[in-house]
Amino acid sequence: MSIVESEVGTLAEAWTKTDLLDLESLSAEEIRLILQTAENLKEATDGCSKKLDLLAGRTMANLFFEDSTRTKTSFSLAARRLGADTVDFSSSGSSLSKGETVIDTAKNIEAMGVDAVVLRHRTPGTPHLLAQNLDTSVLNAGDGPHEHPTQGLLDIMTIREQRGEINGLTVALVGDIAHSRTARSNIWGLKKLGAHVIACGPSTLVSRRWEELGVEVAYNLDEILPRCDVLNLLRIQFERQLMRPFPSVREYALLYAMNGERMARAKKDILIMAPGPINRGVEVTPEVADGPHSVILHQVTNGLAVRMAVLWLVIGAAERGLSKPR
Amino acid sequence: MSSILIKNGRVIDPSQNMDRMTSVLIQDGRIAGYDVAANGQDTVLDAAGRIVVPGLIDMHVHLREPGREEDETVASGTASALAGGFTSIACIPNTEPPIDTQGTVEFIRHQAAEADNCHVFVVACVSKNREGKELAEIGQLIEAGAVAFSDDGAPVYDSELMRRALEYLLMFDKPILNHAEVVELTSGGVMHEGLVSMVLALPGMPAEAEDVMTGRDISLAEATGGRVHMMHVSSAGSVEMIRRAKKRGVRVTAEATPHHFTLTDECLRTFDSVYKVSPPVRGRPHLEACIAGLVDGTIDVIATDHAPHAVEKKMQELDRAPFGMVGLETALGLVVTHLIKPGHLDWPQALAKLTINPARILGIDKGTLAVGADADVTVIDPDVTWIVNTAEFHSKSSNCPFVGMELTGRAETVIVDGRIKFQRG
Repeated sequence: MSIVESEVGTLAEAWTKTDLLDLESLSAEEIRLILQTAENLKEATDGCSKKLDLLAGRTMANLFFEDSTRTKTSFSLAARRLGADTVDFSSSGSSLSKGETVIDTAKNIEAMGVDAVVLRHRTPGTPHLLAQNLDTSVLNAGDGPHEHPTQGLLDIMTIREQRGEINGLTVALVGDIAHSRTARSNIWGLKKLGAHVIACGPSTLVSRRWEELGVEVAYNLDEILPRCDVLNLLRIQFERQLMRPFPSVREYALLYAMNGERMARAKKDILIMAPGPINRGVEVTPEVADGPHSVILHQVTNGLAVRMAVLWLVIGAAERGLSKPR
Repeated sequence: MSSILIKNGRVIDPSQNMDRMTSVLIQDGRIAGYDVAANGQDTVLDAAGRIVVPGLIDMHVHLREPGREEDETVASGTASALAGGFTSIACIPNTEPPIDTQGTVEFIRHQAAEADNCHVFVVACVSKNREGKELAEIGQLIEAGAVAFSDDGAPVYDSELMRRALEYLLMFDKPILNHAEVVELTSGGVMHEGLVSMVLALPGMPAEAEDVMTGRDISLAEATGGRVHMMHVSSAGSVEMIRRAKKRGVRVTAEATPHHFTLTDECLRTFDSVYKVSPPVRGRPHLEACIAGLVDGTIDVIATDHAPHAVEKKMQELDRAPFGMVGLETALGLVVTHLIKPGHLDWPQALAKLTINPARILGIDKGTLAVGADADVTVIDPDVTWIVNTAEFHSKSSNCPFVGMELTGRAETVIVDGRIKFQRG
């Protein structure tokens, strides 16, 4: 274990950011550094199950203003695997329901000696707002439909684990691109590492403007399917849609659900991913979700590895006295 | 009363097509003459190197009083106006309660008289309680001193109400100032809808939301013969529709704000709510269309839409933070720096949009240095460069997106009714 830990330690010195807000602002080098660190930590913890003491004595706070099960649990477990303490704040039952502002809430948590705040919030940019106002490290665990950097990283880690290399792969993000933070983080991360990214879904949920950023836009899944190395099936974000952007769930499933019949026309080694929670029968049928091409559960395990890596990196940078760009 | 002589200045008064080196004599609160030598006047101001103009007019100011005195008051807003070079402002009635009765109009006028800073002209509500349902008592409001009508903050949404209001105002020859926005298209929006909003996943406010209502207002003005003034025009489509309507002789006028001819939606990449404003700052083609509209006269007026908000309201998540930015103390510098210096407008063209044009739209005897006119005069230092610093603002609020920016041009001396009300130290 000591060899692996020292390798991990060497890598951490190259990281200089004290927050993790989005993947758009990271360089390809920084993304590779996180992925390499996550891979090392996964190995050092026997597949994310054993404990290390890299963050012993530190405290991570979950500050979740939107419901979450797996991301919150994953961050908590990741922190504990590295020896840190964790504490949870939720919006209901705290002073937020009494009208306190998000900045004041976060400053109070900071004053309790927390080393990192993991924030989930309905509004894009709120992690950036907190990062401007706190000295504590801020990690974005999803800011509305904007970004979910650790989800993007764990998706990319899973692809890299299966394929070794991202460069040159064709990855399709299928579904509700407009309201998906997973889509945005994947688009930035994958493109920086050299993948060809296709955004595929109904025209009301996939803007043509993505083409201006070098993303291929497709409305017909069956047309692009034979070219895809990876399909990432995004959940339809019913709760974020002001007006339903397609006539019915049935019609959506007919056009975009990944089912056995479509699998037959896909590449033999295609990877099927989903950020979860999945709507079985809407984005993906059970036979595909649970089939041999699915790496959905690998994604969950890699989520732990990625979150261990980013917690260790940003807290490490803060402890080395690196300050935030203001 | 006292006399003031302003000598050695370049006097520009678009109302008289005047642009020459001369002196201006003020006596008993009025413009008394030109080309006068110093001869025992109580005060002599040397305006060498300065530009002497009719006191500036801002026809779109939110003074927040009554109801939101934590953001601004009539006293603080008019002090802010003076520091910006404005001697007359028109205040918008989206207060709490809104200005929809004679009593509230009189209250504003009383507060303005008490403050004794600059002139305040009252814009009153089109509809009772600003609810957009039935007409406010427009005749009574005019009797109390209202000069124009607006439900700004919100559009006059009901098309039938808008048509009736335009018709009713025909007999008083007063304009409706409308905020054009089809709210179904902007629901939940915080910024211009485009590539940037897509990347940031922030709900968008498309240009079409403004254009659709601009088109409606032009049609209704054309049909009724009424006067409509499009507030804070921000989209290329609206500029073009107004341009064509003017050619047809429709009685439509328009204003643009400094932020719409200087900022774009790229600013929102910082997620800073100081840039959250309605209508939103848009993409560069829209910004350029606004400038083109100012250049060819499609846009008659530069107005600030001065919208103060206390810091605790703006320091929130983008969807919770209110729309708006302060503008009175940066407007002139932005006009000089972004319109005059680059050569889009010359001084007389720019000043017309800050003096006689808004005066004519509002039907007020202001915006001119003609002999006999009220002595509202602004002396501008056209060359001074300064850094925007909200600590120096007279406004109660500091929600200004231009902080730290270097601007050229600033008001130095401001005279209202023949009295020096502001002198920069």
